[in-house]
Amino acid sequence: MQNVVLQFTDVIKRYGASTAIDGLDLRVHGGELLALLGPNGAGKTTAIALGLGLLEADGGEVRLFGQSPHALAARRGIGVMLQSAGLPETLKVGELLAQTRAAYAQPYSTDDCVRMAGLDGLMDRRYGKLSGGQQRRVQFALAICGRPRLLFLDEPTVGLDIEARETMWRTIRALVAEGCAIVLTTHYLEEAEALADRVAVITQGRIVAAGTVAQVRARIAHKRIRCVSSLDAGAVAAWPQVRSANRDGERIEVVTDAAEAIVRRLLAEDDSLGELEIQRAGLAEAFVEITRAAA
Amino acid sequence: MSSVAAILPASSASSSPNLLRCHLIEARHEFLRLLRTPMFCIPTLVFPAMFYLLFGVLMNRGHNAGPFDMATYMLAGYGAFGVMAPGLFGFGVSVATDRDRGWLQWRRAMPLPPGAYLVAKLAMAMLFAAIIFVILATIAITVAGVHLPLTAWAQLFAVDVLGVLPFCAIGLFVGSAVGAQAAPAIINLIYLPLSFLSGLWLPLSAMPAFLREIAPLWPAYHLGQLAYAAVGQPSTGSTLSHVAALAVVTVAFLVPARRRLARG
Repeated sequence: MQNVVLQFTDVIKRYGASTAIDGLDLRVHGGELLALLGPNGAGKTTAIALGLGLLEADGGEVRLFGQSPHALAARRGIGVMLQSAGLPETLKVGELLAQTRAAYAQPYSTDDCVRMAGLDGLMDRRYGKLSGGQQRRVQFALAICGRPRLLFLDEPTVGLDIEARETMWRTIRALVAEGCAIVLTTHYLEEAEALADRVAVITQGRIVAAGTVAQVRARIAHKRIRCVSSLDAGAVAAWPQVRSANRDGERIEVVTDAAEAIVRRLLAEDDSLGELEIQRAGLAEAFVEITRAAA
Repeated sequence: MSSVAAILPASSASSSPNLLRCHLIEARHEFLRLLRTPMFCIPTLVFPAMFYLLFGVLMNRGHNAGPFDMATYMLAGYGAFGVMAPGLFGFGVSVATDRDRGWLQWRRAMPLPPGAYLVAKLAMAMLFAAIIFVILATIAITVAGVHLPLTAWAQLFAVDVLGVLPFCAIGLFVGSAVGAQAAPAIINLIYLPLSFLSGLWLPLSAMPAFLREIAPLWPAYHLGQLAYAAVGQPSTGSTLSHVAALAVVTVAFLVPARRRLARG
């Protein structure tokens, strides 16, 4: 885990007067999956473009395998899936795959790419005739076909059905297990929770939280209590240490930092209380909380 | 993870990709893309042949005034007109489209050999120019009754195939500057007036004096003069001056186009 494949050191990127990336420090190690989370316009895509050498940093340094991201030798170790790839519509899937595989020294075989990306039956189809989800699978195949040591995936599962997403997740996990580093941006927090070793939350061009999924989640102490109860949600909301309380049909949902004390009081005040559930905050709540605090 | 071995096959030993193979695949795919774009290949291949058949054969009643042999003169003129298209459209429209849709950006991010894209396009523009030459030459020999020495055929072939280059540069410049929606219109606005004003449709001698005088401003004029000279038809200016003019045009459009494309 010690080998750093991608390193941002105090990177600054400005667009005119606005600063898109404001002192970004980030390291990605071999064999880890880093999920880059953040609201739209936070700088995730700009950060990826800097890592790929598509944009030039105005300050700080970006190193890809210890080299400039412009070095072809460095880029031979990466695979890329951007949000819009715009692959030629008149070429067939098999042709696109052959063309991309040829750019790498040790690509996976065509059959392996078909299996890993779920391209069965698509190889003789023209790219422009495919559905959006099928096109995403082709883009994924092109990203992984060169046996990359670092893979950039920018919102990879947008528009995929569940089966295709499962295939992609399975391949992503296998690549990581094999030692490939992956930088993933996603809007789907469950995707980050399911796949990521580390999470970095980026807001206004800065990392505002980073760590394992558990660490980031732990920054949010509150828990969610749900139960069937006849208590007045408005009254519960006024209790000390309750952040919010809402009624959802016959249930009430209480968010609190002191779950044990609140549960005790709920049970004491409502004899008929049932179906009690207590949940830790998910990454989604942590994410909302962290980005709100940073704003 | 027990399924890793099943999902990820072992690597085979080899050090760096075969660049020649990359370029060949790229060129082949560029050819396939053009072939599968009827909007490109039908006008490009059919128009010069159609015009030549119409004006050089069917409507040519043997009015060969003085040194002009109309069938030969038009073979050269429509050849020059024809080979402008693969350069202008092959670069202009497709580069604009590839840039607009993000394909060029994706290519820059991936380790694809940087020059392969333009080299493939260049090779295909020259191939299409050669095909246009062959089509027109076939019409010339079989139905237009054109007789030329082998050296003249060889010269015309060279003019047609190399003459595509300045128009590739102009196309690349347009493709690097405007969006995919605007590119076809702009290229047509360049292509058709340029060929007319350069005397590729009508001899310049049949045009108003003003148009004759400004003709040397147009790159297609210089290509036309080289083509007429190659087949022994009346032309003005020295070969060297025309070649120099075309070289200047090529560099003048290529340099800013490359700069724009490198910036993304």
